[in-house]
Amino acid sequence: MLYIKCPYCGMRSQNEFAYGGDATVKRPELNKEVSDKEWDTFVYLRKSPRGKHLELWHHVSGCRQWFKAQRDTVTHEIFKTAEIKEDI
Amino acid sequence: MQKYSVFNLIKNALKGHKDWEVAWKDPTPKAEYDVIIIGGGGHGLATAYYLAKEHNITNVAIVEKGWIGGGNVGRNTTIVRSNYMHDENGLFSEFGMDLWRNMSQELNFNVMFSPRGIINLAHSDAQMNAFSRRGNSMRLNGIDAVLLGREEVRTLIPMADFSENVRFPIFGGLMQPSAGTARHDGVAWGYARQADSMGVDIIQHCEVTGFDVDNGKIKGIQTSKGNIKAKKIGLCVAGSTNILAEMLNMKLPVETHLLQACVSEPIKPILDHVVTFGAGHFYVSQSDKGEMVMGGDLDGYNSYAQRGNLPTLQHVLTEGIAMLPFLSKLKMLRTWGGIMDMSMDGSPIIDKTHIEGLYLNCGWCYGGFKATPASGWTFAHTIAQDKPHELNAGYSLNRFSTGHLLDEKGLGTKTWIS
Repeated sequence: MLYIKCPYCGMRSQNEFAYGGDATVKRPELNKEVSDKEWDTFVYLRKSPRGKHLELWHHVSGCRQWFKAQRDTVTHEIFKTAEIKEDI
Repeated sequence: MQKYSVFNLIKNALKGHKDWEVAWKDPTPKAEYDVIIIGGGGHGLATAYYLAKEHNITNVAIVEKGWIGGGNVGRNTTIVRSNYMHDENGLFSEFGMDLWRNMSQELNFNVMFSPRGIINLAHSDAQMNAFSRRGNSMRLNGIDAVLLGREEVRTLIPMADFSENVRFPIFGGLMQPSAGTARHDGVAWGYARQADSMGVDIIQHCEVTGFDVDNGKIKGIQTSKGNIKAKKIGLCVAGSTNILAEMLNMKLPVETHLLQACVSEPIKPILDHVVTFGAGHFYVSQSDKGEMVMGGDLDGYNSYAQRGNLPTLQHVLTEGIAMLPFLSKLKMLRTWGGIMDMSMDGSPIIDKTHIEGLYLNCGWCYGGFKATPASGWTFAHTIAQDKPHELNAGYSLNRFSTGHLLDEKGLGTKTWIS
């Protein structure tokens, strides 16, 4: 069982959260010409590192806020969680 | 190579089993090979076997970080099937079914292929319609499919929950009678033994630490046992694909996720088929030892851990109990996890890469084991001929950028949502 610290609600069990994937992926900017390659990179290509991973989580059965977490993909240790606008 | 037969068994039994040859050797790596396969799992071993057998390429090494049969080939739920709707997946898998049917004879190793049939249960009219469509597509591709009504399912799986007031009543199901199970580690050992006998070097406990690429062409690998040169290199490392891709500065449409499975204590024969729950993600079969072998959803976040968490297991087994209530009485014997190379459309990749001489085999998601022979056969062809076979032409790496996705389940790019 993972315990995840929601930046808004504090420590809660994994059951309250939904995973949102790699947080380092940047959507191409709005109102700009976007090449197929940029779309391809944004939609499909992932680094999926072994070790520290910056990712999105959704406190879906809680405050319903999205936030960022830095987690180890081997030990599952969660080093830090932060609001979306914050840097980790 | 010593042939395995009943006569040899009796002969060796009389001599106290002291004269059996080793099934495969433990060679030190040579300085150079024609082909190096990275990853000594089912797919890697099968690739080396078919390179030797079909293409007469025997100066081959398999480089494995752990040991033969210790990865996903020994961690899956042993299901073999070809019940796919899309032509690419159906034809590829059905080609594999033919290889499965002859595997024990061909490898002179009993892989205990047991075509007991797989039944996907349906729990609504809409799902029956979808299954009817999938069944028709399968039959058009020469794959056996039978649409079962509620009463027909009841005859085959009488212990399933057929009460009227359940949340997900059983409406019927789609059955592929020729699907089944096989002894997974026997498959790895069978391929390893044959590949070894044809001259393939199986190098275990040898981790790849880097690649030598010169001018867009692969030259060799750096490993924990020294540098090895090669004209061609095939990556066959499932959940570790992204780790190797990073060494090559490649980003792939693949994420690594964790999938758990479990077995119950052994009980007397009760379930004759492989059965899947249609209102969630749960599958079960009974092993020859009597254990109920079960699995379901991914844990749901990127992971290389090879061990899972209990919430997912509880969720999966809740579905199992909804389908087969007697499961609640059983004690769990073992649970374990494996790391899956989840591709962004749910279908695999067997292709060349932008680096000359480097070939990629990955993205097997939940379905790697059943693909073992077909994957090895087509990957060997792709490496030997330097171009994909028509069977794996659809499994191209660039289909994501060109839009030719093979979204069998139509799930999109959130690989952890099933």
